[in-house]
Amino acid sequence: MTFERPELEMECIQRILAGEKHLFHGLIQPCEHSIYFLLLSMLHNEAEAEDAAQETAIKVYRNLHLFRGESKFRTWVLSIARNEGLGRLRKAGSLREDSLEAMAEDQEGDFTPAILTSWREIPSETLEKKELAHLLREAIQALPEIYRNVVLLRDIEEMDGRETAAALGISEAAVKVRLHRARLMLQRELAGKLKGFAPRRGLFRWGA
Amino acid sequence: MRIDCKHVWEHISSYIDGDVDASLRAEIDRHLETCEICSAVLDSTRNVVVLMADDRVFELPTGFSERLHARLDQELELDDLPRT
Ligand SMILES: [Zn+2]
Repeated sequence: MTFERPELEMECIQRILAGEKHLFHGLIQPCEHSIYFLLLSMLHNEAEAEDAAQETAIKVYRNLHLFRGESKFRTWVLSIARNEGLGRLRKAGSLREDSLEAMAEDQEGDFTPAILTSWREIPSETLEKKELAHLLREAIQALPEIYRNVVLLRDIEEMDGRETAAALGISEAAVKVRLHRARLMLQRELAGKLKGFAPRRGLFRWGA
Repeated sequence: MRIDCKHVWEHISSYIDGDVDASLRAEIDRHLETCEICSAVLDSTRNVVVLMADDRVFELPTGFSERLHARLDQELELDDLPRT
């Protein structure tokens, strides 16, 4: 989803700064999904997340000359998106992040999985069923924000631990702890609900 | 010393990511061979992780990209100052 080779990305940025402005569309495009869903996770409102995503893209463009290539481009873009989100929350007077962050790591909470004795694999093709995708989305959206943001970047945007830590302004150790807890919370929430989506044995086609 | 189920659960996420050292991995694998609970917990967690990552779960709203690039075009047109 991102430029495979950072040097091509840097070259693209140089050309944009030198005047080939239209190349910016292709530069930002691979980041669109992460920008929008990070902002949706923070703002809980589709229209506002979309507006904030557009603002983010414009800020990225205006500040492009400040990108030095010390992190991946997408990491830098997402930290701009995160600041955009935080700014809007602050303005709305609903920023509780500091207290949440402070509590996060030593939160007691129950992070044990749902106990099962067997599991039948649900293949990805099952996602053709809208209800399954809906259940997954709901479960992720119901996570506390500090966990949701980490799951979003690590498991959905498939960023690595380092990139995620840099984008969210937390340590890599915190990313690991939160991802672990989030995955167990999701397993706990979803295991029972997902069972019904497993293919029934009688429907397996043998050999094929 | 054999590790217990709780100990396995503590490492599930790192285990899925292949982020546990060889000796711990071997211990967990040995535990999984005989513990159907931990096997099911691991399989279900991994299954959730795989499903979540599918593009069909989080789709951008219809027209999102078009609207974003249209707004960018306006911005790009406005901006005619060379930067340093
Ligand atoms: Zn066990």
